[in-house]
Amino acid sequence: MPVRAPQKSVPELLAIAKTLRKDIIRMTTAAGSGHPTSSLSAVEVVAALYFGGFMRYDPAAPHDPQRDRFILSKGHAVPVLYAAMAEAGYFPTEELLTLRKLGGRLEGHPNMRRLPGIEASTGSLGQGLSFGIGEALACRLDKLDSHVYVMLGDGEIEEGQVWEAFAAGHKYKLGNLTAIVDRNGFQQTGATAHVLDMTSVADKIAAFGWHTQSVEGNDMQAVVDALTKARPVKDQPTAIVSHTRKGFGILPLLEKEGDLNYHGKPLSKELAEQALQLIDAS
Amino acid sequence: MKIGEKSGLKLGQATRDAFGDALKEFGGTHAQVVTVDGDVGNSTRTEVFAQAYPDRAFNVGIAESNLVSVAGGLAACGKIPVVASFACFLLNNAYDQIRMSVAFPSLNVKLVGSHAGISIGEDGPSQMGIEDVALARSFPGMTVIVPCDAPSTKKATAAMLTHEGPTYLRLGRPKVPVVYPNGCDFEIGKAITVRDGSDVTIIANGLMVGVALDAAHDLAAEGVSARVVDMHTAKPIDEEAIIKAARETGAIVVAEEHLAAGGLGSAVAMVVGQTLPVPLAYVNLGDRYAESGDAEGLLEHYGLTAAAVCDAVRRVSRR
Repeated sequence: MPVRAPQKSVPELLAIAKTLRKDIIRMTTAAGSGHPTSSLSAVEVVAALYFGGFMRYDPAAPHDPQRDRFILSKGHAVPVLYAAMAEAGYFPTEELLTLRKLGGRLEGHPNMRRLPGIEASTGSLGQGLSFGIGEALACRLDKLDSHVYVMLGDGEIEEGQVWEAFAAGHKYKLGNLTAIVDRNGFQQTGATAHVLDMTSVADKIAAFGWHTQSVEGNDMQAVVDALTKARPVKDQPTAIVSHTRKGFGILPLLEKEGDLNYHGKPLSKELAEQALQLIDAS
Repeated sequence: MKIGEKSGLKLGQATRDAFGDALKEFGGTHAQVVTVDGDVGNSTRTEVFAQAYPDRAFNVGIAESNLVSVAGGLAACGKIPVVASFACFLLNNAYDQIRMSVAFPSLNVKLVGSHAGISIGEDGPSQMGIEDVALARSFPGMTVIVPCDAPSTKKATAAMLTHEGPTYLRLGRPKVPVVYPNGCDFEIGKAITVRDGSDVTIIANGLMVGVALDAAHDLAAEGVSARVVDMHTAKPIDEEAIIKAARETGAIVVAEEHLAAGGLGSAVAMVVGQTLPVPLAYVNLGDRYAESGDAEGLLEHYGLTAAAVCDAVRRVSRR
């Protein structure tokens, strides 16, 4: 069976987004560790990619060379990827609750050898875009139609290697490569503007010669529109700076807890219950 | 370079040149081979392949981190990427990229580090790879090869490209003596006894094989019979050859153009210590950086000589 791109409508995508959010909360709370807020900000983009008609794939043939590829360079947000993969049928939803468990396939950061459908072993920030360039080059050499999507964090782009990759992507005119920066405004020790202000990320990427868009990243329609606009661009690589809120979906809860960053920690069972209700009610 | 002269060896191609030729040849019949370069292809000689197959040669500029991770991505899509740079820039700059984009996902990337050791000469310490074997050995699943001459480098290159799994090939800048005939046998992980002997074994690789042969020649004049073993594969190490040397000759000297820490000497010591402990001595750079100078002068000054090997032998052999 050839690879295909599931194409849902925006209302359907919004429903899927809710499911992904609840899965993120449930799996990290069950694991007792993980990065829920970093995962929550990326939900709209990941949902659009996997279910909005942008990525062709076949969960039954995860190594089919014709497939499009998604690299989660901000590997700590792996819960959103696992949630999308479960929804897509790569593995049963129950397996989500084995996140970070010894012997399980769902490691704390993506492991491409452990779980088919994971395209790169990330977690050491800064390498995913480079890896994506290698894949894009290979696909072009083999005259494959495949597109490579790479999602980076906005703290991650402080790594110099990312800019080595932006330069190389321009050099090789990789029209089959799209970089998406999940600009949620936070990193581990605080706001990105305080830790290392990268000012206008879109200007910087555009200066490297990429076709660049900025988008409200938690607005599903806007995300779909941006991905649609990026698609026909063939003579240069494309980038989307996705302006998001870390923890989107449970913001009132984070405000109550007095921590809008809430980096790298799962919600307690009690808070998780509240979070699930909040998501359902939205 | 006078290495090998007293052993009757003739100077041949530098190992980096032999690699360049062999890569182009192999690349002609294996379409999946690609090269990724960081602006030093005319030093590492991947340019020979690049000129023949420009569509399969990529140059990402002076950006070693990107260089290695790009290679990982190429390998993930079934290519056989050869990623060559100076040994120090490849292993030192891109250590984490080798770890996470190559070794941890067990990707079939061929890492090639040239300008190994101090024999690169005048450019000096910033360009010298003196810890690369130690770093390469530290990656689980990595195969590490240090060939000594042009003929064995050609075979090693082909073997590396045929082997499934991440591999590191260490090459040098200067011309080196020819130890083997063209088309010699070469098997990854199988050490070669280049000169048999019974009183001591000198285990060496790379440039130090010629040096060891010169030492064996001098020792013979003193009535000491030294076996010389070319341990071209530092990982997986040929345990059988080491144990055989310990059992049959009773003492081992390990010679390498590398720091004391973590290279061939460490690998041999781990085998000897756990199986058949015998006296060991080492000829290496010790625990120091070198300096600028002519290659021969540097090797002399930093004790990577036949005389130093002879001294080491006298310290440990039974005669």
